[in-house]
Amino acid sequence: MIEMKNVSKWYGTFCVLNKCSTSVAKGEVVVVCGPSGSGKSTLIKCINGLEPFQEGSITFNDISVGDAKTNLSKLRSRIGMVFQNFELFPHISVIKNIMLGQEKVLGRTTEEAEKRGMELLHRVGLSEHAHKFPGQLSGGQQQRVAIARGLAMDPVAMLFDEPTSALDPEMINEVLDVMVELAKEGMTMMVVTHEMGFAKNVADRVIFMDEGRIEEDCTKEEFFSESRGERAQLFLSKILHH
Amino acid sequence: MFSDFDFDVVINAIPFLWEGMQLTFLLTFLAITGGLFLGVLLALSRLSHIKVLSFAAGSYVNFFRSMPLILVIFWFYFLVPFIVGRPVGGFYSVLVAFTLFEAAYYCEIMRAGIQSVRISQVQAGQAIGLSYSQNMRYIVLPQAFRNMTPILLTQAVILFQDTSLVYVVGLHDFLVNAEIVATRENRLIELFSTVAVVYFVLCLSFSLSIRKLQKRFSI
Ligand SMILES: Nc1ncnc2c1ncn2[C@@H]1O[C@H](COP(=O)(O)OP(=O)(O)OP(=O)(O)O)[C@@H](O)[C@H]1O
Ligand SMILES: [Mg+2]
Repeated sequence: MIEMKNVSKWYGTFCVLNKCSTSVAKGEVVVVCGPSGSGKSTLIKCINGLEPFQEGSITFNDISVGDAKTNLSKLRSRIGMVFQNFELFPHISVIKNIMLGQEKVLGRTTEEAEKRGMELLHRVGLSEHAHKFPGQLSGGQQQRVAIARGLAMDPVAMLFDEPTSALDPEMINEVLDVMVELAKEGMTMMVVTHEMGFAKNVADRVIFMDEGRIEEDCTKEEFFSESRGERAQLFLSKILHH
Repeated sequence: MFSDFDFDVVINAIPFLWEGMQLTFLLTFLAITGGLFLGVLLALSRLSHIKVLSFAAGSYVNFFRSMPLILVIFWFYFLVPFIVGRPVGGFYSVLVAFTLFEAAYYCEIMRAGIQSVRISQVQAGQAIGLSYSQNMRYIVLPQAFRNMTPILLTQAVILFQDTSLVYVVGLHDFLVNAEIVATRENRLIELFSTVAVVYFVLCLSFSLSIRKLQKRFSI
């Protein structure tokens, strides 16, 4: 579904992504981890064209993301994205956050969008908060709304960029639970996270990045066995001992 | 000397003063509306990646911001009839002058407002598939307006005071009408202190409500 071939990106002379190649098949759950600044966010944002890249190619269902002729808005509407800091729209209510894309991008009527929005809010356990503003919700609740906003577009894949790292520890699980459920339903997912429990539980593959390079790209069994590289091992021992 | 004060003159002049005040209000309101609209377009142009557009908008803003308002008013008083090809009357030429002048200031306010919206909010809008213009309209501009409301309102107060400059083209605003009564009745002190009090009360209460608003928003 997602094919990435030799993608490189520079900020000036600084190489953020260095010949990254990987792929995500339909229904696959891929976890991306690595030290801060290794380029994980950049990598995941390249997939839906939020970040441009200079070399290589990315295709999503055979549509080239880097091609200037590609209708990026249409492409993005089929890929849900969840950000580290939720990024709900603070000036409109929770339900409006979920309806906006449905109405303006998918052309659904207000009634349809609201119905679908309420279904999804119910699913993430927040239907009674529909008419509050994002600022009135806790971090965990906001992130669940953000997931619902992504799902409202009926995406064929979901991208997550450290969805739990801005949350207080007691809120992490309520968000992970929603993600685990999604994964088990067969959603194609690419998840940047350091939650190794989540990776062990539902990931099919794990990608380890360091200094803009994909250092490891293997099945979770391989990754959590002893066969992985030195740097990945070092990284893993650091985050697991926290 | 206060025993000489005759405030009946002021009371009798209220309808005439109110007529002038209506012009002041109307001019302020129309210039704010037009200036804001144009200001937003200018701000979007200034932030545009199209070099010609951002250069043109930048030049416009720098030009008007380095002109004294009174000069702009004079200038349009002679220029507008010349362009239109017939006399348009003081009101319309002044309205055009204020709108174009204010737009330069509103542009800078809105530019700061747009830049105050975090790039990640823009990305969130893009990520659900919004186009550039949809993203501006539904995500960026509403937040920019909200962040800039106090400064926009402060600018409105300044404009309200600046409309008193219309006397130079012979329009009868609040101040001019007060002056007419003052000289006719020879009651300068009464009339001009009334004018001062009215401006003071209006601007102060407006400023106070802005401060209240600011407090509400900063929570
Ligand atoms: N706009 C930019 N200009 C210059 N350098 C940038 C820019 N954005 C990111 N970088 C750099 O690119 C590198 C990769 O950033 P990225 O956000 O992808 O890392 P990350 O792996 O997601 O890190 P984190 O775990 O902290 O989120 C970092 O060193 C960062 O400083
Ligand atoms: Mg990151």
